Amino acid sequence: MKVLEDLKYAKGHEWVRVEGNKAYIGITDFAQDELGDIVYIELPEVGAHVEVDDIIGSIESVKAAADVYSPVSGEIVEVNEELETSPELVNEDPYDAWIAVVEMTDSGELDNLMDAEEYEKFCEEEA
Amino acid sequence: MKKTPLYDTHVALGGKIIDFGGWALPVQYSSILNEHHAVRNAAGLFDVSHMGEILIEGSGAQEFIQQMITNDISKMSPGRIVYSPMCYRNGGTVDDLLVYQLDTNRYLLVVNASNTQKDYEWLRDNCNTKDLAIKDVSADYGLIAIQGPASQKILQKLISIPLEEIRFFRFVDNVEVAGVKALISRTGYTGEDGFELYVSSDQTVKLWEEIMEAGANEGLVPAGLGARDTLRFEAALPLYGQELSPNISPLEAGLDRFVKLNKQDFIGKDALVEQSEEGLKRKLVGFEMIDRGMPRTGYKVQADGKDIGFVTSGGLAPTLKKNVGLALVRIQYSNLQDEFFIQVRGKSLKARVISTPFYLKQ
Repeated sequence: MKVLEDLKYAKGHEWVRVEGNKAYIGITDFAQDELGDIVYIELPEVGAHVEVDDIIGSIESVKAAADVYSPVSGEIVEVNEELETSPELVNEDPYDAWIAVVEMTDSGELDNLMDAEEYEKFCEEEA
Repeated sequence: MKKTPLYDTHVALGGKIIDFGGWALPVQYSSILNEHHAVRNAAGLFDVSHMGEILIEGSGAQEFIQQMITNDISKMSPGRIVYSPMCYRNGGTVDDLLVYQLDTNRYLLVVNASNTQKDYEWLRDNCNTKDLAIKDVSADYGLIAIQGPASQKILQKLISIPLEEIRFFRFVDNVEVAGVKALISRTGYTGEDGFELYVSSDQTVKLWEEIMEAGANEGLVPAGLGARDTLRFEAALPLYGQELSPNISPLEAGLDRFVKLNKQDFIGKDALVEQSEEGLKRKLVGFEMIDRGMPRTGYKVQADGKDIGFVTSGGLAPTLKKNVGLALVRIQYSNLQDEFFIQVRGKSLKARVISTPFYLKQ
């Protein structure tokens, strides 16, 4: 399973890439592999305010459905509309196919997330 | 978990093994969608060895089977196959199955894997004559299905008899396929052309490998349970446990052409005649989503502010690239173009009744 060094990870298998005060959020390689062929993605509303662990989207694969939980609090400032027509991009390149961008209200929340090494261990224990 | 003869083969091919009703089988090898499209465009190879086989032989065999199933086998002859539901006295469904006539007084019933024990006991418990023997012979058989437009071309490489002479729902027995003795039927569960090959379980691996090699340059891929489900769903073929159950009669499931109400008495006939004469109160319909979302088995269907039924199967139809489903709904909402709302994960999403099957092979 691919894990990128410079990202932060949540227990729900979401990843976060920080750019300034913005958090780009997606799901990991482990998650997309578990789900199988992703055929539908529901994106959050731009402008919505979210708290940590709020549902910011849902992903449906042929066999399963899963919610995406926000690893940080803040405002949804951008969503990746391409995923509405091409949900399979999440399978193809999970770390490139970000789902939403949150303008953070408290970047200190990032400390509650796992780094790459911790996440790798977390996945091993889950499997 | 129980293993079919091909378990190690699936693992070696990278199959993602899951627990399927107590059987260790691959849900996919590469991806469900890849395997689905391969079957529609070329061919896929399925391990269906978990299916049950029940042999019924003796002078009383035909009459007994006639009493147990809803369809009529009186016009059968050796080499033919009949599909039929099998019902409880109240008209609910025990299973849906295939009847292969092997010989004058010899029939092979092929039943759903999860129902093998139940069906065997049901047949045995309802047999009141000594003119026949009922045997569960499932363990003797391995079963491989090749499905897709390239199936005949691929299989023809391994067999000397002309396959085009085996018509749909017919079979030939004791034929050599790459040196393996097999019963080959032109049957399947995908809505495509294809064959199912019954072999002695110890020959299953050899046959699989021979077919994989013969299909290597024809686009043949191994296909798992996931694709098997999306393929049959697109073709609107019923899945026992979803479209058929002890609480869903074959008439409600739209299988009336396999229920011969003018046949001599059979288990469930009275209840089904009553259902037919009174008119169905609920019916299985196909629907497509109008609002964006994914319908799934068990999701409630609502209209006019109340529950009117439930989704029996739903999801993406990969060939059509749209979300569709089958639902058992009150008869008032079962007409083409009728609209209702599927309750999808807390949201009420609009859908409309469309005709089935969703996909018809070219």
